[in-house]
Amino acid sequence: MNIDSIKNGYVIDHIKAGKGMEIYNLLRLDLLDCPVAIIKNASSSKMGKKDIIKIDALIELNMDILGYVSPDATVDVIKDEKLAEKKKMSLPEKLTDVIFCKNPRCITTTEQELPHIFHLTDRDECEYRCAYCESRGK
Amino acid sequence: MRSVIDIKDLSTTELNELVAVAEDIIQNPDKYAHKCDRKKLATLFFEPSTRTRLSFEAAMYELGGHVLSMSDAGSSSAAKGESVADTAKTVSCYADIIAMRHPKEGAPLVAAMNASIPVINAGDGGHNHPTQTLADLLTIHREKARFDNLTIGLCGDLKFGRTVHSLISAMTRYSGIKFVLISPKELTVPSYVKKVIKEAGAECRETTDLLEAMPQLDILYMTRVQRERFFNEEDYLRLKDSYILTPEKLITAKKDLCIMHPLPRVNEISVKVDEDPRACYFKQVLNGKYMRMALILKLLEIK
Ligand SMILES: [Zn+2]
Repeated sequence: MNIDSIKNGYVIDHIKAGKGMEIYNLLRLDLLDCPVAIIKNASSSKMGKKDIIKIDALIELNMDILGYVSPDATVDVIKDEKLAEKKKMSLPEKLTDVIFCKNPRCITTTEQELPHIFHLTDRDECEYRCAYCESRGK
Repeated sequence: MRSVIDIKDLSTTELNELVAVAEDIIQNPDKYAHKCDRKKLATLFFEPSTRTRLSFEAAMYELGGHVLSMSDAGSSSAAKGESVADTAKTVSCYADIIAMRHPKEGAPLVAAMNASIPVINAGDGGHNHPTQTLADLLTIHREKARFDNLTIGLCGDLKFGRTVHSLISAMTRYSGIKFVLISPKELTVPSYVKKVIKEAGAECRETTDLLEAMPQLDILYMTRVQRERFFNEEDYLRLKDSYILTPEKLITAKKDLCIMHPLPRVNEISVKVDEDPRACYFKQVLNGKYMRMALILKLLEIK
């Protein structure tokens, strides 16, 4: 794979340096057959250092995970080797099964099939609270 | 179809409406005696709380309705491994409305997400207990004839006391409210609750001294200081008497102070205070029944 030329896929740019691997794992990119590249500590005029992920296929991307792990990231959607769309991430209002409730008194501890849902309760503080017990997500 | 899981599920207009309906029920009980004819309330109590269950059941009977009780819920379906979701779906086939008590936080929300009938949270662990707050609100309204311009003293365990947090959340909606938070240093209000007060623009002051705060208060809301909240017995013994209400401590209080407590009490209010006309905690119990009646009517959309 030539990491500069993607036919149809994504360039996830401006990932906070060091967060690339976490996103790779959370998005389960290890399960993909297509070429995937992670660039660590690329130099950035804006951020100093940043991580970049390139995916050479138009898979379904979980933008909530991206927005949660690196709210400043951008996603370039490439179609036929051309930039088709540029998406800016932000902290999502709601997270489902991205983070998990650790409160031992929460109903999610006894009913394992329940989705772990968190709502953004304070954007400035990046604060998420469990939909069931309202304890703070970490 | 609506459920009430958290006091925040009700708008200020709705809180005021519920209080108005409850006042009307008190004045004209006969008018409401058949409002819920042939309707059934299912009380699903996954942990024992006899007083709350009795209140819901009395409320439904006074509306002419029936009660299906699963008071042994803890030992039956849940013990067989049935999920809260499945229980909610099953009970939806029999009843018109559910009141659920559960030791796990968020269980009534799970029930509401799966039931096809309204669910009322009757207490989920140490989390929410909205009908207690409704009882508190009616008591304040009956005693003070208003919700604004009140100085409210909250005394005791303000760290873990969910009824206190919920009452604060409800009262910050009204104007001119001053909170005096009276507690030992170990049991002060958590920061997120203070944030709620600050964001609402309500006044708030913290003190460890009940006697010092007493003369300013319109309402004194007592809670229990539990032994198990302290690291050592010494601290507990040193502090506990400061937060026990006695007739002597009431000498400097206003003549029209309203003394409240979510009950049951252990020893945080001396029984000698019961004779004082300012003691409102047993009225609070009765008011809880009226507010549960008003809430059942609202959620069943019965006018
Ligand atoms: Zn939780």
